[in-house]
Amino acid sequence: MKMTKTLLATTALSVAAGAASAQDMADEMTIVSWGGAYQESQVKAYVEPYIANNPDVSVTWDESSAEAVAKLRAQNEAGNLTWDLVDVTAADAMRLCDEGLAMEVDHDEILAPAPDGTPASEDFGDMIVSDCFIPQIAYSYTFGYRTDVDAWNGNTPDEICDVFDLETFPGKRSLEQRPHNNMEWALMCDGVPQEDVYDVLETPEGQDRALAKLDTIKDEVVWWTSGADTPQLLADKEVVFGSTYNGRLFSLIEEQDQPVAMMWDAQSYDLDGWIIPEGLEEDKLARVLDFLYFATDTQRLADQAKYISYGPARQSSAPLVGEHAELGIDMAPHMPTNPENASNAFVMNYVWWADYRDDLDSKFQSWLAR
Amino acid sequence: MSDTTETGPVISADGVPLKKSLRRALRRQKLRALGLIAPLLIFVLIAFVAPILDMLFRSVENQIVSNTLPATVEALQDWDENSGVAPDEPVYKALYFDMFLAAEAKRHTRLGSRLNYEKTGLSSLFRSSGRRVDDLGDDYADAFEDIDPRLTEAGFWFSLMSGEGEKNEDPVASSRRRLSGVADSWLFGEVGFAPSQEITQLLPETTRAYSEFAVFTALVDEDVVAEEDPWEAVYVALALDLANADLSSYSGPGIETLRMAQENLGNLPIVPFKDFFEDIDDDWVDPEYWQTIAVFSPSYTSGYFLNSVDLQKTADGIEVRPENQRIYMMLFQRTMFMSLMITGSCILLGYPVAWILANLPMRTANLLMILVLLPFWTSLLVRTSAWKVMLQQQGVINDTLVWLGLVDDASRLVMINNQFGTIVAMTHILLPFMILPLYSVMQTIPPSYLRAAKSLGATNWTAFWRVYFPQSVPGIGAGSILVFILSIGYYITPEIVGGTTGVFISNRIAYHISSSLNWGLAAALGTILLAVVLILYWAYDKIVGIDNVKLG
Amino acid sequence: MADASTDSAFVEFQRVQKSYDGETLVVKDLNLSMPKGEFLTMLGPSGSGKTTCLMMLAGFETATNGEIILDGQPINNIPPHKRGIGMVFQNYALFPHMTVGENLSFPLEVRKMGKSDREAKVRRALEMVQMNDYQGRRPTQLSGGQQQRIALARALVFEPELVLMDEPLGALDKQLREHMQFEITKLAHNLGITTVYVTHDQTEALTMSDRVAVFDDGRIQQLAAPDTLYEEPENSFVAQFIGENNTLEGVVKEIKGKNAVVELDGGELIDCKPINVSKAGERTRVSIRPERVEINKDRLQEGVHTLKAEVLEFVYMGDIFRTRLKVAGNEDFVIKTRNAPDQRRLKPGEMIEIGWLPDDCRALDAG
Repeated sequence: MKMTKTLLATTALSVAAGAASAQDMADEMTIVSWGGAYQESQVKAYVEPYIANNPDVSVTWDESSAEAVAKLRAQNEAGNLTWDLVDVTAADAMRLCDEGLAMEVDHDEILAPAPDGTPASEDFGDMIVSDCFIPQIAYSYTFGYRTDVDAWNGNTPDEICDVFDLETFPGKRSLEQRPHNNMEWALMCDGVPQEDVYDVLETPEGQDRALAKLDTIKDEVVWWTSGADTPQLLADKEVVFGSTYNGRLFSLIEEQDQPVAMMWDAQSYDLDGWIIPEGLEEDKLARVLDFLYFATDTQRLADQAKYISYGPARQSSAPLVGEHAELGIDMAPHMPTNPENASNAFVMNYVWWADYRDDLDSKFQSWLAR
Repeated sequence: MSDTTETGPVISADGVPLKKSLRRALRRQKLRALGLIAPLLIFVLIAFVAPILDMLFRSVENQIVSNTLPATVEALQDWDENSGVAPDEPVYKALYFDMFLAAEAKRHTRLGSRLNYEKTGLSSLFRSSGRRVDDLGDDYADAFEDIDPRLTEAGFWFSLMSGEGEKNEDPVASSRRRLSGVADSWLFGEVGFAPSQEITQLLPETTRAYSEFAVFTALVDEDVVAEEDPWEAVYVALALDLANADLSSYSGPGIETLRMAQENLGNLPIVPFKDFFEDIDDDWVDPEYWQTIAVFSPSYTSGYFLNSVDLQKTADGIEVRPENQRIYMMLFQRTMFMSLMITGSCILLGYPVAWILANLPMRTANLLMILVLLPFWTSLLVRTSAWKVMLQQQGVINDTLVWLGLVDDASRLVMINNQFGTIVAMTHILLPFMILPLYSVMQTIPPSYLRAAKSLGATNWTAFWRVYFPQSVPGIGAGSILVFILSIGYYITPEIVGGTTGVFISNRIAYHISSSLNWGLAAALGTILLAVVLILYWAYDKIVGIDNVKLG
Repeated sequence: MADASTDSAFVEFQRVQKSYDGETLVVKDLNLSMPKGEFLTMLGPSGSGKTTCLMMLAGFETATNGEIILDGQPINNIPPHKRGIGMVFQNYALFPHMTVGENLSFPLEVRKMGKSDREAKVRRALEMVQMNDYQGRRPTQLSGGQQQRIALARALVFEPELVLMDEPLGALDKQLREHMQFEITKLAHNLGITTVYVTHDQTEALTMSDRVAVFDDGRIQQLAAPDTLYEEPENSFVAQFIGENNTLEGVVKEIKGKNAVVELDGGELIDCKPINVSKAGERTRVSIRPERVEINKDRLQEGVHTLKAEVLEFVYMGDIFRTRLKVAGNEDFVIKTRNAPDQRRLKPGEMIEIGWLPDDCRALDAG
């Protein structure tokens, strides 16, 4: 499913003017993102302002981030690169970097320093998990649940293992159709301490153990593949529990006012950011770098949080996070980075997942199909 | 024609043999006809035949192993796969240099992914090893630097390796071949480096390692060889060479430094390659992993096909996969079973509709035909999503049943995310493919056959069953072939409404194409599916006769 | 003909009407009575209601009004398969997925007849149409005439007392058609079955039937034996429809017993036999068969009126000569003369005098 939207803020006149001023920069840019509210936040926070400054630039969107690794690999094999900038998760960025499909960058050289002069690499800190990865936001996979389930007799789920408790909390659950997080949650609820989860998951026995735990709820699970699925399923009462990105739940709860609540427990903390495909032509690369310098500066990342409840990746952006652009509510408490929410978060080990994704994916998918 | 055998070829009026002049006359026609279909032909070749051939090729192609680890594969020839012990040092030595080069070219992860299809764990093994493979050379480089700082300088290395006197182009040429194999595309361009004959003989391993570095630096990174610090692997190679080299008769540039290094060889932190890899991960000394590499080292493999039918290739031959990995036969069976169910329900629902259409006056029939075709004009996703709304537990059907009191609110029917959902939605989507051929066949059956049967004393049912139905069988056949073949290849609808138990083999193919990137397995599964379709088609032809199929 | 019903009638239509749309009648007040063993042909142009009548008899259409009686039983409410009527269809309707033998065996099978009986009857039926060797063939492997024979055999194999044939020879070429006409008639008479035959081909009707019912506009225009129909048409439609016919329009001048004098629109006087005219002054259309026109004055009765005619066209047709004349303003006046040694061959442009026996010229309704 590929929907392209072209933002053309040009007239014949400005094209002519732009040709003179843009020097060696391409005027077209194909940006790959996730679609939906998240992409909208990117458009509002930095793409539209950037085009306002550079009226001769047109942006084409491709909502293919979910298949970014596969598609980039296919483009690379075909020798026909059509993307200029790709929004991916940290683990995918590492995979792409390992495979030579993403460009390694010097963060201090290409990104703006913080307003106080702190170099970009320090401002982003350990968010820079790969040489190819330019972080934008921190988000969480968390559970939302309906607050109007009669069969729960007034109980409210407050910890991750309630997801596996079909006695107290009967009903369908929606989980993502991939091993990430599900395996970790399953092990945690099977008695593995959070800090040992990946050590256990590394062994075949540990993997079987996680799948065995998931087996206990398999019949009650609706598997989702798109970030929009869980909010929809919750709104339709098709499921009573569902995992998804916290920003999607925020919009379900706050913007759509559904009887759904967020469960901040053992939510998995993950990163999302840009990668530049390896092998861009020079003029395109120049345009992408120009855009990135602008789009990842302190103010722009803070602006993004006005539109979606994801934490900006720069430390210097945090104090600038204000209120929701339309609802006017304070965004800070809804951020996954908010200390109150993060009290029992676990940090998904992207490095580990980059290494073990192939291994676990094949097992998990076989398990699913059975 | 029997005349020709007796009297020789028939001659046309102008004295040319008749056959020849007929051929000449027909050639023009044939060329013109060919010209007319040429655009289609070219389109079909490019858009249909070529991808299928490519798919067939991918399902057996396995050059990545021998391209990425050529030396290792060669060294493994001496290893007995069934020995139950890990291979010896030479294999690890070859692995080190192969792995180093693959990691530099960022190809090791692909090989890891490839081998992971056969044995889980190899992907993470290759990925983590790729990150650690620099470590060994770093230690050597540090030690060499302590001996003589010049040994870590780019310019010194370049002059050392260039040497004096007659040049040897072979190492660079073979490195170019080697790297082109790793990078999967031929590397063109000027390297700007060639070792001397003498240095090649004196330091063979180093020459090879440095040539690879030079080719990669010049042609991939597009830098000047003489200005770049050599790879860590070059130091490892130098240490290996110095242990054996006789430097006494050499007088080329850098000989003093080399002599000094050889004298101080004892200061180097030399560890066996096997220990180095064991240190990275215990799995490297596990013979099972080596068996997998050895078994899948040939350029062509049946592994993908075996995998497609839940078998695996091991050192002991072909074996059935462990029970928790056997899914493809089940998926094939499920796909067949559900496609049959869908075909069956399409016949049951489509036959009466087609009957009514065929027996209505043309005007009304055309109007109703629009209703049949209406689904064609709606997006597939929209239709499938509509079924989601209909079938889900809080959906229209369940709501209606609860409202009517037929179903208790607490025990709403589960009609989606299972086989039932898939069968219902697919039947709806594929129904027109059944109705259309049925309708066109039924239209050609004159009503007089039924009248004749009745006049001969047959009841309505007998007349239908003995006379009308057999004549509509070609329509059922055509519709069934269409629906069946379409449904075994469907994946969007099952993906949306099928949950995990209602998905088809094609969903697995889609998964391997777009998520796991196991294109070889996807190609093998696709090939099997294609073969199944062809076999069914052949069987149908044998049983019913394909010329009995009427599509319109 | 309202009381045409007799005790010996085998098939009877009593005041039958049929309408498809509730506004117009396709069959208007049909009365017909057939004795057992008769070969009756329903003849008429398309849309005249003849096929509808046949379908009502077969049971595929129901009469809107009136009764159809078969062998003394009203059959309006009996479904077609219980009427026991054999039927031959226009395109034979041989079941293409069955062999000839299976086609013939079908009516016997649905009658739950034993296998050996069936085989014997099928063999006999095939012998009857001289198609014994074709039992294992498929209908598509047969020629039109062969298919026709099989269709006939199938309609007869279960020994029905009434056989309906709906333009059965329409698809055959002329020679074969004539041959089959003969065979069908012979077979029907030999077996003594009652046959209702529908056709729009008047030659077929005349050569085959015991009686012919000429249909037009939902009514039987005339029901009579072929010779009567040809020689003594009761109205101008029948006269026109059956055989070739010359018409002249005029007004009756006087009627003297069996003779009438008609004054044509051009003022010429001719002698006719009054059929549908009763008094002087009525408009009439007179009808003369081409072969009854005499060009040899010597062979005419003394004192009859003659007409001047101009030869427009002469066609040599082998056994006869067909000459088109201009007579009393009518340029389509055709005469047929036998190709006899003493027969004159008229030349276009020639002026001749023609006449006829008054009995051969029938003064009919004005149409």
